Amino acid sequence: MTTTEKPDYKVIGTRPIRPDGVEKVTGKALYGADIHLPDLVQGAVLRSPHAHARILSIDTSAAEAMPGVLAVVTHSDLPVVADKVLDMGEGASTASDMSKNVLAADKALYRGHAIAGVAATNVHDALTAIEAIKVEYEVLTPVLNVQDAMRDDAPLLDESRHTRTPSGEESEDASNVAAHNRFEGGDVEAAYAEADVVVEREFDTKMVHQGYIEPHNGTANWNSDGTLTVWTSTQGAFAVRGALAELLQLPVSRIRVIPMEIGGGFGGKIGVYLEPVAALLSRKCGRPVQLTMDRTDVFQATGPTSGGHMKGKLAVKDGKITAAEVSLAFEAGAFPGSPVMAGAMCMLSPYEVENFKVDAYDVVVNKPKVAAYRAPGAPNASFCVEQLIDELARETGADPLQFRLSNSAREGTRMITGVAHPRIGQEETVQAAQASDHYNSPIEGPNRGRGVAGGFWFNAGMQSSVVASVNPDGTVNLIEGSTDIGGTRASLAMQLAETLGIEYDSVRPTVVDTDSVGHNDVTGGSRTAYASGQAVYEAGLDIQQQMVARAAQLWECEAEDVEYADGALRHTSDSEKTMTFAELAGKQMETGGPLQGRGSVVARSPGAAFGVHVVDVEVDPDTGKVDILRYTIAQDVGTAVHPAYVEGQMQGGVVQGIGWALNEEYYYGEDGRMENASFLDYRMPTSLDLPMIDTIIVEVPNPGHPFGVRGVGEVPIVPPLAAIANAVHDATGHRFTELPISPRRVVEELHNLQ
Amino acid sequence: MPRRTHIQTTLNGEEIDFLCEPRQSLLEVLRDELGLTGTKEGCNNGNCGACSVLMDGRVVNSCCVLGVEAEGSEVVTIEGVAEGDTLHPLQQCFLEEAALQCGVCTPGFIVAAKALLDSEPDADEARVRHWLAGNLCRCTGYDKIVRAVLKASEMEEVSA
Ligand code: FES
Ligand code: FES
Repeated sequence: MTTTEKPDYKVIGTRPIRPDGVEKVTGKALYGADIHLPDLVQGAVLRSPHAHARILSIDTSAAEAMPGVLAVVTHSDLPVVADKVLDMGEGASTASDMSKNVLAADKALYRGHAIAGVAATNVHDALTAIEAIKVEYEVLTPVLNVQDAMRDDAPLLDESRHTRTPSGEESEDASNVAAHNRFEGGDVEAAYAEADVVVEREFDTKMVHQGYIEPHNGTANWNSDGTLTVWTSTQGAFAVRGALAELLQLPVSRIRVIPMEIGGGFGGKIGVYLEPVAALLSRKCGRPVQLTMDRTDVFQATGPTSGGHMKGKLAVKDGKITAAEVSLAFEAGAFPGSPVMAGAMCMLSPYEVENFKVDAYDVVVNKPKVAAYRAPGAPNASFCVEQLIDELARETGADPLQFRLSNSAREGTRMITGVAHPRIGQEETVQAAQASDHYNSPIEGPNRGRGVAGGFWFNAGMQSSVVASVNPDGTVNLIEGSTDIGGTRASLAMQLAETLGIEYDSVRPTVVDTDSVGHNDVTGGSRTAYASGQAVYEAGLDIQQQMVARAAQLWECEAEDVEYADGALRHTSDSEKTMTFAELAGKQMETGGPLQGRGSVVARSPGAAFGVHVVDVEVDPDTGKVDILRYTIAQDVGTAVHPAYVEGQMQGGVVQGIGWALNEEYYYGEDGRMENASFLDYRMPTSLDLPMIDTIIVEVPNPGHPFGVRGVGEVPIVPPLAAIANAVHDATGHRFTELPISPRRVVEELHNLQ
Repeated sequence: MPRRTHIQTTLNGEEIDFLCEPRQSLLEVLRDELGLTGTKEGCNNGNCGACSVLMDGRVVNSCCVLGVEAEGSEVVTIEGVAEGDTLHPLQQCFLEEAALQCGVCTPGFIVAAKALLDSEPDADEARVRHWLAGNLCRCTGYDKIVRAVLKASEMEEVSA
């Protein structure tokens, strides 16, 4: 569905085969764990069996003496680092927290916290050796959820931590609340007093994992000249390089990070876990060292996303949402840095709400330090707000989509941050859902229901840099530094081909290491097709300009007399003089030598993304199982560069959201042990659990991008939690305010009603 | 070092032999001893299907099979699915339908789907979804994977 006149693109909007496709369907593509180096040795990591404990001593001598063992490292092998903030692209942390997360210092703060690393000639010896490391712990009481952590008498994870309050001051008493922020506007109390209806509820969500299929890995070679090479599956090679430079106190120029193919990330593969440990081990033993995680490590010791507690109170008057008071408290895990602020800033952004008061608490608990996960913070916060909106619509007898449409934000509407929306596609997206076949088909039968919800995500811009070399045969090599997790080699090559007016197949993209291209921020924040696309466009313009100058040189005319269009150069007043891109590419030697285009951008107008979801469910009252009968997602994507991969992002995000809504959770025992740290017990959706996911691509071009591209990847995970809860409410008459809406919970809550 | 056993097997149509420790899984042997890294590890305990290979025509999770069990059997991995430089219809359809994003689950899905289409070339959507339920994909939501398999099932080479 196109809502605006779209230029007549030749490449953009088509569905070519991705450049890295054949390697990936034949098993030849090399992911991080696939790398084999001469003299490579394997390692293992000893992890804390306790969720909260003081480390009194670590004795590695027995392990060091074991056969095959080459090196053992602990936190004391890491240099002391300053409390400097490291922004990795999606979520910041301080260097010292990161250092303590990589290898625990004086305290183990979650079960699975890395204590020591071992390198050995093979992985079995390394695994045997870690068991010979003697650690003396003083076991402490763990704090496992935000409500417990916020109590005055809660055990403290860090006695020196105080709350940063909304005024920017530090609280007097030590606390597990790292930060409390507030957004306030208008007068909520006055709005409640005048309202037609006020709804108020509390909500809870659990910690969930990104669930990428490829476990983390890191391979490092520390040369005797003090240079470090790291091979890893990461969303951002430059982010890894920056983090390693801080943690190991090396200049960035000494570190080369080689991004391997990556088996999924969703935000969880931005931070570093194994890479610094492998580097320290390599320095000690003088050989390249490879570390890989098993699935239990991935669950227990990487960065899932926050669970939390939320309170919301919304009011309506004459069909308009007049007030919203929301308090969000999110688990940060062992160190500060939950996505609570992002959640707070997103949840009301699809709507115009004049009076609001939003409190956001970042709370440390004895669980792994959270990382980004697809639109971090927004799904949880929308689970609260979009259910309350559903209730307001019901209580006032309004259609839930019409209610959202009449409250929709548009160009100029201010978000709670005070920032006004530029041209956005929120209204068009709601209208697309209203017009869908799905929404216009009746839902019939017992125990069935329909739900809708909307969602917003900012999308990120940040820095990208590419180089494009023109070959004498008219093809182009595109050198880029953005990890390709889901087809961005294709979407970037397409944008370059479009800019130059040449065939898609003429552009060959390659993702290179940190020594070989300018800085590129992470593949995250839905930024790559947008921001790296902008860099690609700049590189294309650079080539055009140089070609115009060279044609003028050949034709002995002024550059103004030459125009570049549709992959060819023309003399504006002499129709005899034309040359194709390939012809001029073949004349590089006589026109000044190798032709390279460069593009470097700090992309500043990512263009927000909006999505509206419609879902039908059937609830089995006996087993409590919720089946997804039909699912439709409408989303404004600006311009769909490669529609198949755009649909894929939408479908993938929805299904992660379905898992989050219905099954997924970190299930903890009182001792702080995650009891379901396997794919058997942490149940992600399978093909059998799902119908096809219908997609409606809405295209309201982003004025901040030459082709109108908006970020696509993240917003599709925002609405499903609430959309499904709304559908289950429609089916059962009962509102589920706690996730997941698992069979056990459904049976229990419905039973309690009777 | 534990004693290593001499194993003879047929791998992707070729007779080969290798030495392996009793504790090594077939997955470990394929990846670390034989250098065939197309078969992936996602969980190492039978719950994701990333390590799917065919053993005597049946799909198995190679992380749950011991290397020594390969003695005398015929093993096919993702590296053996294409015929020379001609892709298998499933591989072609995965590309055309954009049925992979990160691609780490793809070898497992293609191998598992091949076993299905080899025995049931007319499998419908419900059957495909049921058959592939042992393979996890976290990127695609399965929609395009299911479509790719159904499309491949309609191609002559497969249904012939
Ligand atoms: S690695 Fe074998 S099933 Fe997951
Ligand atoms: S494509 Fe990434 S897990 Fe399937």
